[in-house]
Amino acid sequence: METEAAKLIGAGLAVIGLGGVGTGIGHIFASLISAIARNPASEGSVTPKAFLGFALAEATGLFALVIAFLILFG
Amino acid sequence: MASPLAQFEIKPLIPIELPGGIDASLTNASAFMVLTVLSVTVFILMGVRQRELVPGRWQSLVELSYEFIAGMLKDNVGSEGRKFFPFVFSLFMFIFFANLMGMLPYAFTITSHIIVTFSLAFTVFAIVTLVAIARHGFKFFTYFAPSGVHPIMLVLMVPIEILSYLIRPVSLSVRLFANMLAGHTMLKVFAGFIAPLGILGIVPFGLDVVMIGFEFLVAFLQAYVFTVLTCLYLHDAIHLH
Repeated sequence: METEAAKLIGAGLAVIGLGGVGTGIGHIFASLISAIARNPASEGSVTPKAFLGFALAEATGLFALVIAFLILFG
Repeated sequence: MASPLAQFEIKPLIPIELPGGIDASLTNASAFMVLTVLSVTVFILMGVRQRELVPGRWQSLVELSYEFIAGMLKDNVGSEGRKFFPFVFSLFMFIFFANLMGMLPYAFTITSHIIVTFSLAFTVFAIVTLVAIARHGFKFFTYFAPSGVHPIMLVLMVPIEILSYLIRPVSLSVRLFANMLAGHTMLKVFAGFIAPLGILGIVPFGLDVVMIGFEFLVAFLQAYVFTVLTCLYLHDAIHLH
């Protein structure tokens, strides 16, 4: 029973890292919006780069999530 | 209830035992890999069958994917990237179709296994390193010592640069694998809430519908990120910073 509880606590602790990812993704899109607001003509060249950054930031969060899943179900 | 990770189980479909005790069975993973290659081939061949001056729907799709990768190579690698087009194009199409195939109900997602993504990433890493060494010979190793850095800082910089170079196949493969694994597990976890909640199950059901749309975006985005990073690595190999 105690290992079961420890597993749940560990999985919860593992996903703390997602807080940083939320900040990061928010920052990426905030910068994207302000960039487009300043120079609407730049939208075509800026958006793919923003999505690349989004995917990279999201992937770091998923590393934490995978660890949590592995603790829970692995 | 089955575990949310049960969907990633590899089951042999046609058992094949090679001499020496090597298990070479046709599993659901290898079957879906063959299916992915087949569907990419059919997609391209059907598109170029007619070769009209004004493309139809199918030919437009094939031309779109061709121009997408050709443009990506031109933007990120430069004109010298043209000869890597077949490699990058097949890489993108394989990952993209494998990700999309995994979205079909009851399908197996081959990119959710680290061995598959690591093999792809390691192939990229080996090709990029070989291209760099073939082009620059011994000068390739100056890549790890950025110019204009103070000699004392170099003591710190060189190990970091070497480490970040060697970690590339790991980060490239784990990114794709983690996205696919996490996405599909999340869908299953929310799906498991639907029946026990009764009428309130409409909430996780709606969430699952939204997430499936998001997973399609991720399927494309991860194939795109994998190929863009391959292009950036190729650029580094050809131009050395």
